[in-house]
Amino acid sequence: MTGEAVAFYALSAMLVVSALAVVLSKNLFHAVLWLALALTGTAGIFLLLDAEFLAAVQLLLYAGGVVTIVVFAIVVTERLVGETITQTNRRIAGGALVCGALLWLLITTVLERPLATERPIMPDDLTKAIGESVLTRFVLPFELLAVLMLAALLGAIYFARPEE
Amino acid sequence: MGLQPFLVLSSALFCIGLFGVITRRNTIGILLGIELMLNSVNINLVAFSRFNGSVAGMVFTVFTISITVAEMALGLAIVILLFRVRRTAMADHLDLLKG
Repeated sequence: MTGEAVAFYALSAMLVVSALAVVLSKNLFHAVLWLALALTGTAGIFLLLDAEFLAAVQLLLYAGGVVTIVVFAIVVTERLVGETITQTNRRIAGGALVCGALLWLLITTVLERPLATERPIMPDDLTKAIGESVLTRFVLPFELLAVLMLAALLGAIYFARPEE
Repeated sequence: MGLQPFLVLSSALFCIGLFGVITRRNTIGILLGIELMLNSVNINLVAFSRFNGSVAGMVFTVFTISITVAEMALGLAIVILLFRVRRTAMADHLDLLKG
Protein backbone atom coordinates (compact mmCIF):
# COMPACT_ATOMS: atom_id res chain seq x y z
CA MET A 1 0.00 0.00 0.00
CA THR A 2 1.17 3.47 -0.78
CA GLY A 3 1.33 6.19 1.82
CA GLU A 4 -1.66 7.84 0.21
CA ALA A 5 -3.82 4.73 0.61
CA VAL A 6 -2.74 4.34 4.25
CA ALA A 7 -3.68 7.98 4.93
CA PHE A 8 -7.01 7.51 3.17
CA TYR A 9 -8.02 4.42 5.13
CA ALA A 10 -6.91 5.90 8.45
CA LEU A 11 -8.91 9.07 7.75
CA SER A 12 -11.91 7.01 6.62
CA ALA A 13 -11.89 4.96 9.80
CA MET A 14 -11.67 8.15 11.87
CA LEU A 15 -14.49 9.75 9.86
CA VAL A 16 -16.87 6.80 10.18
CA VAL A 17 -16.20 6.37 13.90
CA SER A 18 -16.68 10.07 14.66
CA ALA A 19 -19.81 10.26 12.45
CA LEU A 20 -21.31 7.32 14.36
CA ALA A 21 -20.43 9.06 17.62
CA VAL A 22 -22.20 12.23 16.37
CA VAL A 23 -25.47 10.39 15.79
CA LEU A 24 -25.28 8.06 18.80
CA SER A 25 -23.80 9.94 21.77
CA LYS A 26 -26.23 10.88 24.51
CA ASN A 27 -24.57 14.14 25.43
CA LEU A 28 -25.30 16.84 22.86
CA PHE A 29 -22.07 18.68 23.65
CA HIS A 30 -19.99 15.56 22.99
CA ALA A 31 -21.86 15.08 19.71
CA VAL A 32 -20.77 18.55 18.58
CA LEU A 33 -17.14 17.83 19.50
CA TRP A 34 -17.28 14.58 17.51
CA LEU A 35 -18.74 16.58 14.62
CA ALA A 36 -15.72 18.89 14.79
CA LEU A 37 -13.46 15.83 14.50
CA ALA A 38 -15.47 14.53 11.53
CA LEU A 39 -15.25 17.90 9.75
CA THR A 40 -11.50 18.06 10.37
CA GLY A 41 -11.13 14.56 8.93
CA THR A 42 -13.02 15.71 5.85
CA ALA A 43 -10.47 18.50 5.45
CA GLY A 44 -7.82 15.75 5.41
CA ILE A 45 -9.73 13.93 2.64
CA PHE A 46 -9.79 17.19 0.66
CA LEU A 47 -6.01 17.41 1.04
CA LEU A 48 -5.70 13.88 -0.37
CA LEU A 49 -7.71 15.09 -3.38
CA ASP A 50 -5.24 17.96 -3.94
CA ALA A 51 -7.80 20.61 -2.91
CA GLU A 52 -5.76 22.60 -0.38
CA PHE A 53 -7.94 25.69 -0.63
CA LEU A 54 -11.09 23.69 0.14
CA ALA A 55 -9.37 22.02 3.08
CA ALA A 56 -8.56 25.47 4.49
CA VAL A 57 -12.12 26.70 3.88
CA GLN A 58 -13.47 23.54 5.49
CA LEU A 59 -11.37 24.08 8.62
CA LEU A 60 -12.15 27.80 8.89
CA LEU A 61 -15.86 27.82 8.08
CA TYR A 62 -17.04 24.39 9.16
CA ALA A 63 -14.81 23.18 11.93
CA GLY A 64 -14.28 26.75 13.17
CA GLY A 65 -17.51 28.57 12.39
CA VAL A 66 -20.32 26.03 12.44
CA VAL A 67 -19.08 24.22 15.53
CA THR A 68 -18.77 27.53 17.39
CA ILE A 69 -22.34 28.49 16.44
CA VAL A 70 -23.70 25.12 17.59
CA VAL A 71 -21.82 25.31 20.90
CA PHE A 72 -23.26 28.80 21.43
CA ALA A 73 -26.77 27.54 20.64
CA ILE A 74 -26.43 24.67 23.12
CA VAL A 75 -25.13 26.95 25.86
CA VAL A 76 -27.93 29.50 25.28
CA THR A 77 -30.69 26.89 25.17
CA GLU A 78 -29.39 25.08 28.25
CA ARG A 79 -29.42 28.35 30.13
CA LEU A 80 -33.00 28.98 28.99
CA VAL A 81 -34.24 25.62 30.28
CA GLY A 82 -31.87 25.57 33.24
CA GLU A 83 -30.81 21.92 32.86
CA THR A 84 -28.39 19.86 30.81
CA ILE A 85 -29.98 18.66 27.61
CA THR A 86 -29.66 14.96 27.00
CA GLN A 87 -30.86 13.47 23.81
CA THR A 88 -32.12 10.06 22.98
CA ASN A 89 -32.81 8.24 19.76
CA ARG A 90 -36.10 6.63 18.82
CA ARG A 91 -37.09 4.11 16.17
CA ILE A 92 -33.49 2.92 15.97
CA ALA A 93 -34.39 -0.38 14.25
CA GLY A 94 -36.45 1.29 11.51
CA GLY A 95 -33.86 4.00 10.95
CA ALA A 96 -31.03 1.48 10.80
CA LEU A 97 -33.02 -0.61 8.31
CA VAL A 98 -33.70 2.34 6.01
CA CYS A 99 -30.12 3.62 6.16
CA GLY A 100 -28.63 0.16 5.80
CA ALA A 101 -30.75 -0.49 2.71
CA LEU A 102 -29.76 2.86 1.20
CA LEU A 103 -26.08 2.21 1.99
CA TRP A 104 -26.26 -1.26 0.38
CA LEU A 105 -27.90 0.23 -2.72
CA LEU A 106 -25.33 3.03 -3.02
CA ILE A 107 -22.31 0.80 -2.46
CA THR A 108 -23.44 -1.92 -4.89
CA THR A 109 -24.14 0.77 -7.51
CA VAL A 110 -20.73 2.36 -6.99
CA LEU A 111 -18.92 -0.98 -7.14
CA GLU A 112 -20.71 -2.08 -10.32
CA ARG A 113 -19.83 0.96 -12.40
CA PRO A 114 -16.53 1.38 -14.17
CA LEU A 115 -15.09 4.47 -12.50
CA ALA A 116 -11.99 6.51 -13.15
CA THR A 117 -8.86 5.19 -11.50
CA GLU A 118 -6.34 7.70 -12.84
CA ARG A 119 -6.23 11.35 -11.95
CA PRO A 120 -6.05 13.64 -14.96
CA ILE A 121 -3.50 16.45 -14.89
CA MET A 122 -4.93 19.58 -13.37
CA PRO A 123 -3.47 23.08 -13.13
CA ASP A 124 -0.68 23.28 -10.58
CA ASP A 125 -2.32 26.06 -8.64
CA LEU A 126 -5.88 24.81 -8.04
CA THR A 127 -6.63 27.73 -5.75
CA LYS A 128 -5.92 30.13 -8.59
CA ALA A 129 -8.07 28.06 -10.97
CA ILE A 130 -10.97 28.03 -8.48
CA GLY A 131 -10.68 31.79 -7.97
CA GLU A 132 -10.64 32.46 -11.70
CA SER A 133 -13.69 30.34 -12.44
CA VAL A 134 -15.63 31.82 -9.48
CA LEU A 135 -15.19 35.26 -11.01
CA THR A 136 -15.74 34.31 -14.66
CA ARG A 137 -17.90 31.27 -15.38
CA PHE A 138 -19.67 31.16 -12.00
CA VAL A 139 -19.94 34.87 -11.31
CA LEU A 140 -23.77 34.92 -11.30
CA PRO A 141 -24.18 32.12 -8.71
CA PHE A 142 -21.45 33.84 -6.70
CA GLU A 143 -23.39 37.11 -6.60
CA LEU A 144 -26.62 35.25 -5.79
CA LEU A 145 -24.77 33.61 -2.94
CA ALA A 146 -23.89 37.03 -1.56
CA VAL A 147 -27.60 37.95 -1.57
CA LEU A 148 -28.44 34.64 0.11
CA MET A 149 -25.85 35.24 2.82
CA LEU A 150 -27.23 38.73 3.47
CA ALA A 151 -30.81 37.39 3.68
CA ALA A 152 -29.74 34.55 5.99
CA LEU A 153 -27.83 36.90 8.30
CA LEU A 154 -30.74 39.36 8.48
CA GLY A 155 -33.12 36.45 9.12
CA ALA A 156 -30.95 35.02 11.87
CA ILE A 157 -30.66 38.41 13.58
CA TYR A 158 -34.43 38.93 13.28
CA PHE A 159 -35.21 35.53 14.81
CA ALA A 160 -32.69 35.79 17.60
CA ARG A 161 -33.36 39.40 18.63
CA PRO A 162 -34.17 39.98 22.30
CA GLU A 163 -37.79 40.21 23.27
CA GLU A 164 -39.16 43.72 23.65
CA MET B 1 -6.32 5.15 -5.46
CA GLY B 2 -9.32 5.38 -7.76
CA LEU B 3 -12.58 7.23 -7.44
CA GLN B 4 -14.37 4.26 -5.90
CA PRO B 5 -13.09 4.39 -2.28
CA PHE B 6 -14.03 8.06 -2.05
CA LEU B 7 -17.59 7.36 -3.24
CA VAL B 8 -17.96 4.45 -0.80
CA LEU B 9 -16.72 6.63 2.06
CA SER B 10 -19.14 9.43 1.23
CA SER B 11 -22.05 6.97 0.88
CA ALA B 12 -21.27 5.63 4.33
CA LEU B 13 -21.13 9.13 5.84
CA PHE B 14 -24.37 10.12 4.08
CA CYS B 15 -26.20 7.10 5.48
CA ILE B 16 -24.88 7.70 9.00
CA GLY B 17 -26.08 11.31 8.77
CA LEU B 18 -29.48 10.17 7.49
CA PHE B 19 -29.70 7.75 10.42
CA GLY B 20 -29.09 10.69 12.76
CA VAL B 21 -31.78 12.79 11.08
CA ILE B 22 -34.31 9.94 11.30
CA THR B 23 -33.68 8.82 14.86
CA ARG B 24 -32.67 11.95 16.80
CA ARG B 25 -35.41 13.51 18.89
CA ASN B 26 -33.59 16.76 19.64
CA THR B 27 -33.74 19.46 16.95
CA ILE B 28 -30.05 20.37 17.37
CA GLY B 29 -29.22 16.67 16.96
CA ILE B 30 -31.19 16.62 13.70
CA LEU B 31 -29.24 19.66 12.47
CA LEU B 32 -25.96 17.85 13.25
CA GLY B 33 -27.15 14.91 11.13
CA ILE B 34 -27.95 17.25 8.22
CA GLU B 35 -24.46 18.69 8.61
CA LEU B 36 -22.91 15.22 8.23
CA MET B 37 -24.98 14.56 5.10
CA LEU B 38 -23.93 17.85 3.47
CA ASN B 39 -20.35 17.07 4.37
CA SER B 40 -20.46 13.73 2.58
CA VAL B 41 -21.90 15.46 -0.49
CA ASN B 42 -18.90 17.80 -0.45
CA ILE B 43 -16.51 14.82 -0.46
CA ASN B 44 -18.41 13.48 -3.47
CA LEU B 45 -18.20 16.78 -5.35
CA VAL B 46 -14.49 17.21 -4.75
CA ALA B 47 -13.70 13.58 -5.66
CA PHE B 48 -15.64 13.75 -8.94
CA SER B 49 -14.07 17.11 -9.73
CA ARG B 50 -10.55 15.78 -9.16
CA PHE B 51 -11.06 12.62 -11.21
CA ASN B 52 -12.82 14.53 -14.01
CA GLY B 53 -10.03 17.06 -14.33
CA SER B 54 -12.50 19.93 -14.05
CA VAL B 55 -12.47 22.62 -11.42
CA ALA B 56 -16.29 23.11 -11.46
CA GLY B 57 -16.98 20.61 -8.67
CA MET B 58 -14.60 22.42 -6.34
CA VAL B 59 -16.36 25.71 -7.06
CA PHE B 60 -19.68 23.99 -6.23
CA THR B 61 -18.12 22.85 -2.96
CA VAL B 62 -17.26 26.44 -2.08
CA PHE B 63 -20.91 27.30 -2.75
CA THR B 64 -22.35 24.39 -0.74
CA ILE B 65 -20.08 25.18 2.20
CA SER B 66 -21.31 28.78 2.31
CA ILE B 67 -24.95 27.73 1.89
CA THR B 68 -24.55 25.23 4.73
CA VAL B 69 -23.18 27.92 7.00
CA ALA B 70 -26.17 30.14 6.19
CA GLU B 71 -28.55 27.22 6.77
CA MET B 72 -26.91 26.40 10.09
CA ALA B 73 -27.14 30.02 11.30
CA LEU B 74 -30.84 30.21 10.40
CA GLY B 75 -31.64 26.73 11.75
CA LEU B 76 -30.04 27.46 15.10
CA ALA B 77 -31.75 30.86 15.28
CA ILE B 78 -35.08 29.07 14.80
CA VAL B 79 -34.14 26.50 17.47
CA ILE B 80 -33.29 29.25 19.96
CA LEU B 81 -36.56 31.04 19.17
CA LEU B 82 -38.53 27.81 19.64
CA PHE B 83 -36.79 27.28 22.97
CA ARG B 84 -37.78 30.73 24.08
CA VAL B 85 -41.42 30.27 23.12
CA ARG B 86 -42.09 26.56 23.74
CA ARG B 87 -39.33 25.64 26.25
CA THR B 88 -38.53 22.40 24.42
CA ALA B 89 -36.11 21.12 21.81
CA MET B 90 -37.80 17.81 21.13
CA ALA B 91 -39.09 17.62 17.58
CA ASP B 92 -42.06 15.51 18.78
CA HIS B 93 -43.31 18.33 20.98
CA LEU B 94 -43.32 20.86 18.16
CA ASP B 95 -46.64 19.83 16.67
CA LEU B 96 -48.50 23.16 16.53
CA LEU B 97 -49.27 22.69 12.83
CA LYS B 98 -50.89 19.31 13.44
CA GLY B 99 -54.67 19.86 13.08
